[in-house]
Parts: sequence; C-alpha cells; structure tokens
Amino acid sequence: MVQGKLAWRVGRLAEVRDETPTARTLVLDVPGWPGHLAGQHVDVRLTAEDGYSTTRTYSIAAPADGERVEITVQRVPGGEVSPFLTEVFAPGDRVELRGPVGGWFVWRPASPDPVLLVAGGAGIVPLMAMVRARRQAGSRAPFKLLYSVRTPEDVYYAGELRRPEAGLDVTFVYSRKGPADWPGEPHRIGVADVNTAGWPAEFAPQCFVCGPTGFVEAVANVLVALGHDPRRVKTERFGPSGS
Amino acid sequence: MGIVTPGFQGRARSADEKLPPGQYLVEDFPVLSAGPTPRVRLENWRFTVTTETGQKHEWTWADLKALPSETPTVDIHCVTRWSKFGTSWRGVSLDTLLADVDTAADYVMAESHGGYTTNLPLEDLLDGQAWIAYEFEGEDLPAEHGGPARLLVPHLYFWKSAKWVKGLRLMLDDDLGFWEAAGYHSYGDPWREQRYQGD
Ligand SMILES: Cc1cc2nc3c(=O)[nH]c(=O)nc-3n(C[C@H](O)[C@H](O)[C@H](O)COP(=O)(O)OP(=O)(O)OC[C@H]3O[C@@H](n4cnc5c(N)ncnc54)[C@H](O)[C@@H]3O)c2cc1C
Repeated sequence: MVQGKLAWRVGRLAEVRDETPTARTLVLDVPGWPGHLAGQHVDVRLTAEDGYSTTRTYSIAAPADGERVEITVQRVPGGEVSPFLTEVFAPGDRVELRGPVGGWFVWRPASPDPVLLVAGGAGIVPLMAMVRARRQAGSRAPFKLLYSVRTPEDVYYAGELRRPEAGLDVTFVYSRKGPADWPGEPHRIGVADVNTAGWPAEFAPQCFVCGPTGFVEAVANVLVALGHDPRRVKTERFGPSGS
Repeated sequence: MGIVTPGFQGRARSADEKLPPGQYLVEDFPVLSAGPTPRVRLENWRFTVTTETGQKHEWTWADLKALPSETPTVDIHCVTRWSKFGTSWRGVSLDTLLADVDTAADYVMAESHGGYTTNLPLEDLLDGQAWIAYEFEGEDLPAEHGGPARLLVPHLYFWKSAKWVKGLRLMLDDDLGFWEAAGYHSYGDPWREQRYQGD
C-alpha cells in the first residue's frame, strides 16, 4: 500500500467551467487530498467497465484549497481521454487521482523574486496556478505573464486575466488572429516579445515556460540568448514535439 | 481494479507485448527536459569517469570518436507514457569506457551539462546494456535530444538516459539524482511501472 501523495484517491467532479469552446475546467473534490504547490500536476486514471484503465497527467490550475483540485483540460481531437473529460464527464461522476507530482516546476509564495511566466496554449494552466497563488498569499513579488494563443477566443481564464491586478502585467501574443484593437500582426512569439514583456536579465527573475514542445524550446532559447541564467529558466513541455 | 468511471470506454486496444504497461506508442520523438537546451562545443567536450577514490578517467570528443562504436536499435520508454520502437543510435558501449576503470562501487551518478543528474546501479550500465550515444537515426545527435552525446540505457525509463552527459561518478552507496530527489523512482523499470517512489 503506497502512502501519501502516491496513493490513488477517488475524486468527485463538483463543478465544471467552460474556458473556451474546446477547454473545460474541472473542479474535483478529493477526500484526503494532501495539498500542493502551484505548478505541480496530478495523474488522472480512468477505468472502463471492462476493467481497462488509462492514465493522463494534468497540471493543477489553482493553489491549494482544502480538498479541492482544479484542472483545465484541452480537447485533443481523436484523443482517448481529453474528449471524455471535456464532453462526457459530468458533475457527480468519479475518477481516480494521485499527486501532487513534480517538485521542480513550482513557485513558492515566500519567494520575493520577480517572476516571468511564458505560456503557450494550454501551458497557461500551471502558470495560472502561480498567478492565483500569488493573489491568495497576498505576495508582492512582481509578476509578468506573456501568453501566446491563436486567437482571442482561445484565451483561458479570460475574465480573470483581463481584470487589472497590482503587480501583475499580462501581455497577449496572438499567432493566428488578434483582436481589433491589438496593434501588430499575428505572429509566433519571438525575441522581441520576450524582451519587451519580460524582465531584464539583470533582475534575475525566476522564469517559468510551459506549452507545446516547440514553443518551450523556442522561448527557453530566447531567454538564454537574452542573458538569463539557464538555472533560473524552468520549463514544462506538454504533448508531442512539433505541436 | 480501480473505480469505474461511467461512460468511459477507452480506445479499442490491441495487446502489444512490446509495449510496457501504461505506455502508448508515438512516431515522433517528444522532447522533455527541465530547462533550456545546453549547447556544448565539441572542442570543450569531455567525458569523465570519477571513481569512489577520486581517480579520474577522461575522454575528449576525438578520443570518444576513436573508440570502437556500436549501432544499437532499441525501444525507448518515457515515464510520461510515450514509447517509441526501433530507434537506431551509434555510440560507444559503457563496457568499452569502463573496461580499465578500477572500482568497488555499486552505483553511478550520471552528470550532465546544465546540472542534471540521475542515479543508476553500475550493473545496469554493463554487459551491453548502455552506451554513450552520439548519433540518432544516422545523423549527429541534435542538441534538443541531448547532443553532442547522451547516455542511452533503453531498459529503464528514458529520464535515466541523461542528455548532454559529461560524466559518471562512481559511488559506493546509492544517492538520488535530479528527478529521483523530486519523487521519481530510484530505479525506473518500465515493465514494473516504477514511475514514482514507492511504485
Ligand atoms: C506534465 C504534463 C502536464 C500536462 N498538463 C495538461 C493540462 O493542464 N491540460 C491539458 O489539456 N493537457 C495537459 N497535458 C497533456 C495531457 O496529459 C494529455 O496528453 C492530453 O490531454 C491528451 O490526452 P488524450 O488521451 O486526449 O489524447 P491521446 O489519446 O493520448 O492522444 C491522441 C493523439 O493526440 C496526440 N496528443 C497527445 N497529447 C497531445 C497534446 N497535449 N497536444 C497535441 N497533441 C497531443 C497524440 O500524440 C495522439 O496522436 C499535460 C501533460 C504533461 C506531461
């Protein structure tokens, strides 16, 4: 019998919130949940009636709040699990979870250092947990968030991120189509974006980069080229290469 | 069996005996690492084996390339659940590199550029089970996959196959590497699903 964070626990879906037409936040009640740090993830295990089961990893979207665990799932067309979680899984249904997992890609509210968060697509999820943890803790650590999405409709947590918040600067980069009042052409994130929306390397910020592999590679290389200490650039890669 | 989630069926599945439990097959080659990709210049590259008594054995890039190479074709299994079959590599067997190393150690810490470490039992690196690999599918190993050279230990989860490897430190007692200290399994056998400590 495994103990603590390695034990499988049963979570019950309490609430769903649609973030975009293809992404849904799931709020689960998980009795016995030990708590977590912003940036950690959970393993979610689904079992079919014939006993077949499969597991996927999801970042936790919100800081610790008793026995509640929030994740946000992006539907991957043809996927085995994400279409189920975003379309079929309904309040009251149960699923197994274990975690929290991952002690590296985490932000601790006691840290006063400036923080740069760079998100591509669903990579916003663990970074949003950090933004919310900062707010929950009343931290004064200065945060900048650079968030790359295809179009304005693809922004997760849009209402919350567009609300002004002291000490948090949010910059959006649109890769396919920007809103009418957005100056500039849609483009993939590049040196100029990271340089303008980020901190100077001399400020020695903690940098957290999360998104598809190609995105993370590109942004991490830009940060190092801009003089950031590679040891302060933490990355989390979702999904297959080239996506 | 775990609790059943109503309505979940999963995908039609075929039992593939080459696929360890909990893994799915990919055709591409996902990149997973904890930070930016280090870029290592070949003229500065060194591979060092340090014994428990502090004795050092060192190879330059030219030394490594001058050693007899092997071309293993192996299946690889990442703890994030993808597996890839039939990957082909070129590299130097650890049997060759460790042939003249005098040690009583049972464990090894692999150390990489960028600060990554991972621990392994020494016996898992011997007898044709592990290589310092510098080519992938007939090309120089790209930096994002650990080039110029990485450890290749295909029978363990792939985080053990340290990218950008720069040396091995022999140890009398086991110690924990980077992911292992963060809660991953100390050994990491994909067939026993040793993902996290306690599995
Ligand atoms: C550390 C970590 C954290 C993660 N956090 C989140 C999260 O917060 N939110 C989230 O939505 N997902 C997250 N993921 C991805 C998630 O674990 C699943 O891979 C994803 O939900 C797809 O599962 P599926 O069963 O629907 O697709 P599968 O049946 O596994 O895959 C179907 C097809 O889609 C491809 N594919 C798989 N995953 C992706 C992907 N992410 N992007 C594009 N194509 C893909 C596969 O190669 C395959 O061809 C995370 C992954 C990791 C490793």
